[in-house]
Order: sequence, then C-alpha cells, then structure tokens
Amino acid sequence: MAERPTQTPPMPGSDRLLAEVTQAGEELARTHSGAHDGPAEADEEALAARFKEIVAADGKIEPRDWMPGGYRASLVRQLAQHAHSEIVGMQPEAHWIGRAPSLYRKAVLLAKVQDEAGHGLYLYAAAETLGVRRADLLDALHEGRQGYLSFINYPTLTWADTGALAWLTDGAAIVNQVPLCRTSYGPYARAMVRVCKEESFHHRQGFDSLWALTHGSPRQREMAQAAVDRWWYPALAMFGPPHSASTHSERSMAWRIKRFTNDELRQRFVDVCVPQAEALGVTLPDPELRWNAERGHYDFTPPDFAELRRVIRGDGPCNRERVAHRRAAHEEGAWVREAAAAHARRRAARSADAEADSGSGSGSGSGADAGDAAGSGGAAAGTDRPGGARADAEGMPA
Amino acid sequence: MSEHDWPLWEVFVRARRGLAHLHAGSLHAPDAHLALRNARDLFTRRGEGVSLWVVPADAVTASSPDEKDPFFDPAADKPYRHPTFFALPEGVEHL
Amino acid sequence: MTTAPPTAPGPSPAPAGPPVAYVLRPADDALIAAQRMAQWCTNAPQLEEDVALANIALDLLGQARALLTHAGGLEGRGRDEDALAFLRDEPEFTNVQLVELPNGDFAHSIAKLLFFAAYQRLWYERTAAARDPELAAIAAKAVKESTYHLDHAATWTERLGDGTEESHRRMRAGVAAVWPYTHDLFAADPLAARLAAEGVGVDPAELRPEWLATVEEVLTRSGLAVPAGDWAPTGGRHGVHTEHFSLLLMEMQSLHRAHPGVTW
Repeated sequence: MAERPTQTPPMPGSDRLLAEVTQAGEELARTHSGAHDGPAEADEEALAARFKEIVAADGKIEPRDWMPGGYRASLVRQLAQHAHSEIVGMQPEAHWIGRAPSLYRKAVLLAKVQDEAGHGLYLYAAAETLGVRRADLLDALHEGRQGYLSFINYPTLTWADTGALAWLTDGAAIVNQVPLCRTSYGPYARAMVRVCKEESFHHRQGFDSLWALTHGSPRQREMAQAAVDRWWYPALAMFGPPHSASTHSERSMAWRIKRFTNDELRQRFVDVCVPQAEALGVTLPDPELRWNAERGHYDFTPPDFAELRRVIRGDGPCNRERVAHRRAAHEEGAWVREAAAAHARRRAARSADAEADSGSGSGSGSGADAGDAAGSGGAAAGTDRPGGARADAEGMPA
Repeated sequence: MSEHDWPLWEVFVRARRGLAHLHAGSLHAPDAHLALRNARDLFTRRGEGVSLWVVPADAVTASSPDEKDPFFDPAADKPYRHPTFFALPEGVEHL
Repeated sequence: MTTAPPTAPGPSPAPAGPPVAYVLRPADDALIAAQRMAQWCTNAPQLEEDVALANIALDLLGQARALLTHAGGLEGRGRDEDALAFLRDEPEFTNVQLVELPNGDFAHSIAKLLFFAAYQRLWYERTAAARDPELAAIAAKAVKESTYHLDHAATWTERLGDGTEESHRRMRAGVAAVWPYTHDLFAADPLAARLAAEGVGVDPAELRPEWLATVEEVLTRSGLAVPAGDWAPTGGRHGVHTEHFSLLLMEMQSLHRAHPGVTW
C-alpha cells in the first residue's frame, strides 16, 4: 500500500510483543489438544475432567468439545464485547478520513478503519462457533444489552487524536490481546493471532502519525500533546477495574481465557509507553509517573475508575452517538440485506428447477483464484452458474 | 428477521501454489458469488492467498463428538503415517 | 444546470508525454470518487460490505495518487500529489460531475459505481497501451481494479434490481437519478480528440458504444432499463461543477489548508 519514506525511529518495545504473537501462532500449529486421549464414556463428570485436563495442559478447547456452561457464556460475553469494540471503534477514526491532511494519511487511516471491520468479522465468526448468531449479538449491541470498550466513547477532537488514539489505545489493546493469542478456546486464539498481527500495523501508524506532528510546526506539536493528554487515561482505563474489583477475572483466569490480571497488563502497558513517549517527545499527563527501581516498574496514577464506571454505564461524552450511528447504519441497510436474501432464494429456486430439468447435480460450494495482483478481478471468475460456481482447477472436495 | 439473515460460509484459502487450501474462517453472504467476493476482501487483503473456496457452513458434515474416539483412534496408532516418525540419517536434507 | 464554456483552460504543453490537463482528468475522477466512496465507511448495510466498499475506495485513492504524482511530474513545477489534491480551487478540478454527486442510498451509490467503473475500465484498458509508459503502467494496474469494481457494482445492481419490491424501486430510482450525468463521461473533448488523433490519448467519445453495451446488459439482467430523457448536464471537464462539489472540497481540504507548508 501507500509507501512513504519514513523517518520515524523504531518504536521501543513493539518488536517483543509482535514476536510473542508469532510465537503464539507457531504454538497453535503445534498444540496437541489432547482431545483424543480421554476416556470414551461420555458422562458429564468424565467430560468435565477431560476439559480441565486439556486446559491445565495448555491445550485448546474446540467448538465441538464439551465445555462448562459458564465457560461458554464467558467466552460469548468476551468475544461479543471484543467484536463490538472493533466495529464501534471504527467511528472515532472514520470521523477524520474525509479530512485527512495528506493522501498518504488518508489511505493509511482508511485501511486501518477497514481492518477494524475485518477484525470485528473474525471475532463475530469465532463467537458463532459457540452457537450464537451474529445478528443476535448485533441486536444486543444496538439495544444496549452488550457493551464495547469504554475509550470509544470519547471524541476525536483534532487530527492528532487519530494518532494518539492509535498509539495509546491500540497499544493498550495489543498488550491486552497478545496473551489472548494463547487463550484456551481455539477459534478465539486463532482469530487473535490474525488480529494482533494486523493491529501492530495500526499501532505503528499511530506512532508514525504522531511523530510527524511532534516533529512539525509548533501548532502541530501542541495538537499532538493535547491529544496525548486526552487519550492517556482512557487508554489506561481499557484494562478494566483493578483485579480486586473485577467481577469476571478470577474464573476467566482459571479457565485460561484470560492469562494475566488487569493490573499486571496495565503495568506492562505503562512500562512500554514511557520510552515510546520519550522517543516521540510528548509528556504523559501524570506528574506521579516515575521509575521505581525497587519494583522494576514505573509508578503511575491509576485511572479514575468512577469515571470508567460512568462511561461503561452509558454516560460518556459519545455513548449515545456511537450506538445511534451503528443502529442507523444497520436499520438503513435492512432493505439491502433483505433484497440480497430474496434474490438468493429466487436464484436457488430457479437453479433447482434447472437441475430438475437437466437431471444434473452439483456441489454447493464456490471457488475462485484470487488472482496474482492486488485488486485484480480474481473472484470475478466465480460466475454464478446454477448450483454454485467453481473456478479453481482442482474443484471442491466431493 | 431471521428469514433475511445471510447464511454462514466457511472460507478456505490457498496461501500459495503448492499448498492445500486451509480453513481461514467464516463470513456471512447471501449467495456464493458474494461470499467469494467478501472472502477475497476479508481474508486476502494483504495478499495472503492465491485461491479461495467458500462452502455453505450447513454443507459441512462433521464427525460428532460422541464418535470421536472410534473415529480418530485408529489413526493414533499409526505414527508411521507422519513424516516425522522416520529419523533421517545425518546429512540428508530436503526430504 | 450547467453548460460548458467554449474552451478548455489552456494547459502548458509539457516536453514529453500528454499535457498535464489530460492526466488530471482521470486523476480528479478517481480522487473525488474515492472521497465519496470513503464516506460509506461505518455506514454500509452489512459489515462485509463495509470492508468491500473501503477496498474500492482504497483502490480509487491509489489510482488518484499515482495519476496526480504523474501529472505533477509532467507539469514540472514541483507540485506533488498533495499540492494538487489540497491546494487547487474548485474550477481547477476537472472531474466529471458524476463522481461528485452525493452518495444517496446504497442503490444510488451502486448506480454511480456501475456507470463509473464501466467507463474507467474501458479508459484504463485503452490507456494501458498508451505511448507514455508511466501512464500505461498506472492504467495496467488500474484496469484490474476497475474490472473488479464493475463486477461488484453489477453484482449488487442485479441483487437489488431483482430483490424485493422496495430494492427494485430504489435501484430504478438510483439509475434514473445518476444516468443524466453519464453523458459527460463521453462529451466531445477537443483536447482528448486531438491526442487520440496523434496516438497519444484516448477519445472518450469512442468508448461509449462498448460502455453502453456493458451497462445495458447489466441493467437488463437486473430487470431494469436505460432511462429515457435527454437532459445531459456537462461541464466537469472544464471546471464547472455541481453545488455539492464545494462542500466536498471544503471538507477534504480544510485541515491541509489550515496548516500551510507543514509535513504530515
């Protein structure tokens, strides 16, 4: 995509996190789930024992495995919240696509926001392996029954906010999400490996965009600093309430859905951010922020958890707009979704008639060569022949 | 409402020539043609594939968890089917 | 609505390759179409379609950047893609009015994309054989993209045209609203005609029969027809635009212009 000779220095600490993602991806490929090892009898107790055994051995639980009801519910809750965060989280940044100050920045921002839609799709798909439907999860989001990350309810007031948001909140998201690449539920772990790899591009572009501002004109530097001041605490709050006050943490950790406490992750984030802020030349808005040699970590002022609760409850600056925007897009698109479904039904009926006439059966899958160049019309090769099209030389498995 | 829901499709991507199609994930689409288009946009944005398959999720028949053991155990005692079973003499590469 | 002034703004003839004005036309088309398409982001009828429309916008933006950069090079006065995108005023833009029209509903936008992509595909196809090697290379890459956009638009035109009663009505309305603006794509253009005669350029007027055959086939397959009527607003190629255009430019250029001379 959009290349630009970049003078940005390497971002301290980011390579280590990405290396962890790669390693988790490789581990996934090697993991022996242990699913074939257990006893054949299917009584609940034995199944529960086997589930525990797999989790304890750092194996993966797969969709058709037996799992405790609470484990399934926790996963659905977490996956839905995560997916919702991706798609509602598109809004604060999409707000600036039209005004991006250079064509390069416009392309990068649009690609980033598009990735977030993609991440939402991966995560909804992972949630659907647990027996819920995306349409129902979206309804829950639109009706306020399910939430998304609190930082999304803050406004992007200037262009610099897109950079600060990406550097800080995507940075926080990566710290939060890298351990999820090793989460015990297979589809979630696989989705997260994909998401994290793409997320590191987001984080870097945010850093790069801010770097251009902090090395630009006095007005650009001011803009950058003001945006960092605005986004620091929303980013810190992303790790959630302290472990002692977190309702779901303990059990999620036992099931290895979650692998570190909120506080551990928040500390990890602060430790990563300080040298990055220094490299950028911005000040983090916390006078108490200083290195504690004894602990080997930075001391910092925690976020205002009362504010976090207010925002989660729905009283942040943009909660109402964000949900209303999502709902409007969904409702205004209803006639399109209906039309496509109606067309597909009609087409299926026509091809069934045609098959009855000709007596030929055919597979229902479809394939296409994706082409050898970006943007090529590869998938266009999959024309709508009745009964499903196939452009791949090998065809579908019978 | 549910009448208008788009069905789920499973997506398989061939990362490059010489490799098998691997399951990449799933998506919703009203028909096969749009499923392919969506799969291309979603799973090969960064040039991750040279070929795609989409299959209606309904059309996938899976072994049931109950029959897992009889279904898979026969393979478990044939480790020689896996290439790593055979120790290679030193100096032999690219096999 | 608008009528074209008798003459095109005088381009400064460059030493090699086509005149800058000739390259700015497709560049502006792609840029303004990208700007509009990107407005769908977070507003598409389905998440998968959000991803698809963003892909199309990114393709168009990439085309615009390559063409603007090339135009700046031909001009030789040191204007880069950003100077051309952000620092020209409304009458200096030579995109067709079709691409600046507001998005309307999904059917309206699909109609715009169908007509525009079908035109772009033909223009890029011909231009891929152009004498200017840089322009030819840009066109060769873009023709694959336009083919894909055309297929996307055709796919949706058919599903909406042959979907529900409501979608059919909306698709027909979208086609009817956009159709008059398609004529300007093929309007007589002395500069392009001269360049075509010299073997350097493409005369868009020559593309119309094939374009019409393509879109007619799609419309027919979708249970729709080519709208009647002979209203044919023109002027985009001469810097004459609709009322919508200044608002679009104002949004696009505001931040860049508020900070003159800085790096982003």
